[in-house]
Amino acid sequence: MPLCVDGVLLPSHALIATQRPILLSEHGTCQGDAKLPKHGKCVCERILEMVPAEACVRGDNAERHPKATREADGKLRSQPDAESYNDDFKTLETSNMTPVARFESYRDFYFVSFDRNIISLSDYLAGAKEYIDLICDQTDSAMHIVPGTQEYSIRANWKLLTENSIDGYHAATTHASYFDYLGKTTDMALGDVAARPPGYGYDLGNGHAVIEYPAPWGRPVAQWISAWGEQGRAEIDAIYNNLVRRHGEERAKRISKLNRNMFIFPNLVINDIMAVTVRTYYPTAPDYMQISSWSLAPKGESEWLSKYRLHNFLEFLGPGGFATPDDAEALEHCQRGFANFQDVPWNDISKGMNSKRPIHRDELQMRVFWTQWNNQMFPAPASKKSSVAA
Amino acid sequence: MADVTRAQVEDFLFDEADMLDKWQLPEWLELFTEDAEYQVPCMDLPADATPDHNLFYIADDRFRLGERVKRLMKRTAHVEFPHSKTRHMVSNVRVRPRADSDIDVTAVFATYRTKDGVTDLYFGSSSYRLMPADGTFKIRSKRCVLDTDALRPSGRISIVL
Repeated sequence: MPLCVDGVLLPSHALIATQRPILLSEHGTCQGDAKLPKHGKCVCERILEMVPAEACVRGDNAERHPKATREADGKLRSQPDAESYNDDFKTLETSNMTPVARFESYRDFYFVSFDRNIISLSDYLAGAKEYIDLICDQTDSAMHIVPGTQEYSIRANWKLLTENSIDGYHAATTHASYFDYLGKTTDMALGDVAARPPGYGYDLGNGHAVIEYPAPWGRPVAQWISAWGEQGRAEIDAIYNNLVRRHGEERAKRISKLNRNMFIFPNLVINDIMAVTVRTYYPTAPDYMQISSWSLAPKGESEWLSKYRLHNFLEFLGPGGFATPDDAEALEHCQRGFANFQDVPWNDISKGMNSKRPIHRDELQMRVFWTQWNNQMFPAPASKKSSVAA
Repeated sequence: MADVTRAQVEDFLFDEADMLDKWQLPEWLELFTEDAEYQVPCMDLPADATPDHNLFYIADDRFRLGERVKRLMKRTAHVEFPHSKTRHMVSNVRVRPRADSDIDVTAVFATYRTKDGVTDLYFGSSSYRLMPADGTFKIRSKRCVLDTDALRPSGRISIVL
């Protein structure tokens, strides 16, 4: 459901970017476009007022919610019975909505933190910036979120989806039926998936991690498959040639031919695979999480590319795709298995620890996540006075 | 259109539901035309949204619908092996003529899926474009719009709605 503050329509995902009620607002437009300008504000309200979009367009939201109207930045504009308040009421900071502690953006990805003392977003993202750049550099326009939100859930602990989202080990078995389908669209013998040329896993700092690897599926930017026909080949060639012009052969190849499954601690996934999906997830119970997924795409892409990108997205991704439902099933089975935690109090993620350069089917990226999680959940106890040398 | 009664359309839809509940998916696939579409849009999209510009849950052309059926009949479709049990209920069927020789049908549905002690309910409205053929119908398009705000707690559409 779209939200609005002072006549500004907000996309539905403005709300579910967090479990707490938060409004993202934008000055000067009444369109439900996901992209916020640099001066976008992010505010919390004790009571979230939801106003239907139609009412918002008609400008009669005050009639429906005769409480208060606000400027797009959360400042109080007016309230009924204003004479019952002190004259300076509107000038008080406490009359305004409260900005979130931190709200910063990188390449048009907007991040909220409730920790006032957290390091800057740029420092926080650390090595992940390089990979966000690779994804955003696929267009000389801007990236945007395609309308339509896949809002679903899995009856498992949220940390399992972190593992699953950046795991190259399970694809061949968990998604065997997807690879059967893929073989029909690529005109290529897929062979043994586990025998393909490897990619690698990378620690990006601060608990972020990525795997980067080649794969046989089509990529809208830009790896052609036979199912896309000759028109598709021309489209893909043009995109690739444009990339070479802008970035040179080496970077163009990396942007278009390699896949990236990236995790940004604690609960953001940006997977640049057969389409680009942005996914965030929140636990509402130890064994239940709510997930929201979107399709990220270049703004103003051609009709052909838009159509085939979305078609490609759905072949694998999302709760109606050929892969995600099997992931969910697997995670739920894992969750049931963890009922044995008292007798089996560990989970093995050591794959690739015997290698100097773990590949994408190893588990370096899991260890990066869990190490950060462990450090934050169970920080080393502060040294006691008695142990400090006099 | 003059020859088509609601009872005929209902019989057809009840047969379809029965095939789905019996997991007779290859036979069910035969109900579709060669240019058929099967769609389940995301819930935050307008009614006329197209999968060419919007993210759906499912937007199958006839080729991918066939592949969906093949997948769901395999052991490696883990989420549906063994198959869940389902009950597809179809009601409030309405038939409308079209300018061409096909007919538009709208209905409401409530589908239960149960497996491993968990039962989920999917409900909403469906719209079909049917092509009268040989005393029965072929499905040219089927679109199911779920009424819930989100796919929760069911979390997936691993069955055919």
